This record gives sequence, structure tokens and C-alpha cells, in this order.
Amino acid sequence: MVLLTRKIEFAASHLYHNPDFSAEENRRVFGKCNNPHGHGHNYTLEVTVAGQPDPVTGMVLDLKDLKEILEREVMQRMDHRFLNYEVPELAGQIPTCENIARVIWQLLDPKIKQGRLHRVRLYETPDLFADCYRNGSEGADAR
Amino acid sequence: MTANAQKGTVRIELGRRYHFAASHRLHSAALSEEENCRIYGKCNNPFGHGHNYVVEVLVSGKIDPATGMIANLADLDRFVEREILDPFDHKSLNEDVAAFHSAVPTTENLCIEIFRRLKTFPNAKLERVRVQETSNNSFEYAGDNPQGFGR
Repeated sequence: MVLLTRKIEFAASHLYHNPDFSAEENRRVFGKCNNPHGHGHNYTLEVTVAGQPDPVTGMVLDLKDLKEILEREVMQRMDHRFLNYEVPELAGQIPTCENIARVIWQLLDPKIKQGRLHRVRLYETPDLFADCYRNGSEGADAR
Repeated sequence: MTANAQKGTVRIELGRRYHFAASHRLHSAALSEEENCRIYGKCNNPFGHGHNYVVEVLVSGKIDPATGMIANLADLDRFVEREILDPFDHKSLNEDVAAFHSAVPTTENLCIEIFRRLKTFPNAKLERVRVQETSNNSFEYAGDNPQGFGR
């Protein structure tokens, strides 16, 4: 088993606000992230695919194909967007790093046909990230 | 908020990095002066030396649909501040941290001590701790957590 990772970066804005909370509760729980005008980050996404290298090409999957999938599924959807309002997959959810990573997993998993999606790591800042794995992946996908 | 579509298909971990600076000296009372010198080299300098440590903390749990979070970062930050940063930052690990009065403050042992201190975090499950001593050396510890490594 070999793990292959590709990294991309995108910039997006978001805010944290739960309409079921009072204004005060929103401020207490979400702090600065509750600013109604939003704020932004440079997100870094690392996508890891696990598989056996093809004996002819020596590749787990063609990086060009992965690049195109990431461009279509992530960049076009999220780059320079306001995540709360412009990404339908996040509608009705707080666009935290955890939720965005999960949505990206769900977008990518069905599109990756060679190898198997192993991990999605999304950095919101260099000091904050979320990892998404297949549930129960400590079996087949484990190193 | 919508009870989101996390229904059992994926597992999410939240990772947070913290930074502290501390000094240490690698020296074992169980070894002779010569052995200490041979094994630990420059790290055995009696006056100690220091590093900018980076601590990566990974926790797992269910995403709360009301907040979108596994754990509120402010709570995690406060906990790590109290358990790790306050007692370790700008300290001598050998002199100021009780665990290293007996154990040698290698980054392996530091990793284990940090895991021990953080595993009581009440709001999420501690999966593992990764400690970077320099940008070229890092160490990970997951306790007896079966999911901690190998992913």
C-alpha cells in the first residue's frame, strides 16, 4: 500500500452563527467568528489516496486526474467564495474546519476511482486543522 | 441547525498546534559520566540548552450540529494553556517539571508526559500527541489508543 498526497490552497470567507441561539449565546460560543460580516482564511487542503502502484504506469492514480477532480470539486466550489452562502453542501451547517473537511470528503470520495480516498486534512490556519477518515478505516486502509 | 450528514461514514479529528520554548539537559543518573557523554553528546552539556517545541494535539468526537464543532477551541486552548503551556513555556524541563526529576526529558518522554496531562480533556477524546523538537525531529504518542497510529 502506498499513500499519495496532493495539496491545494484556496481562500474563502465564512462566519459562525446558529439561528437557534440568542445573539448573546452566538457571541459567547463563537466569539470573533460570529462577526456578521464574516472573515476569511487561506485554507490548505491535503488529500491522501491509498493504493497499490499500477505495474505498468507505476502510479496509484494519475496526479493530473486528481488535480482535475480537486479543481472541479473543491476549487470551483469554494475558492474565493463565502462558504455560508455560496456552497450548497454547507447550507444549514456551521462552516467549521470539521464540517468543511467532511463535505470535501463526501465530494471527493465518489470521484476517486483509482486507489481509495484515505484522508482529507484541511488546515484553516497553520495551527488548526481537521482530519477526515473513512469510518472503520483502521482495517483495509491501515498502514 | 440541520442534523448534518455525518451518519457513521466518516471519522473526524480536530488538530491544533501549540508552541512553547523550554530548556533541557539529557542526562541519566543510571549512567556514568562517560556513558552520558557518549550517548547524549552535546545534549549532555551540564548547563542545558533549549528548543522551540511545537505540540500537535489531535482529538476526536462527534460534531455537535449546533456548533459544527468536535470541541470548542476556546475550551481546548484553555485546557492546553493550563496543563502544558503555563507549566512548560520558558521553563527548564529538568528543574521545573516534576516528571523529569526522575525521567530523562527526551522528546519521547516529553510526548508521553504531554499525552498523560491532556488525556483528561473532558470535551473530546484525545487521539494522539505529536511533539516537534526541531523542524527535523518529531515524536508521536497515542497511549494505548488502538486507532492512534497507522492511518
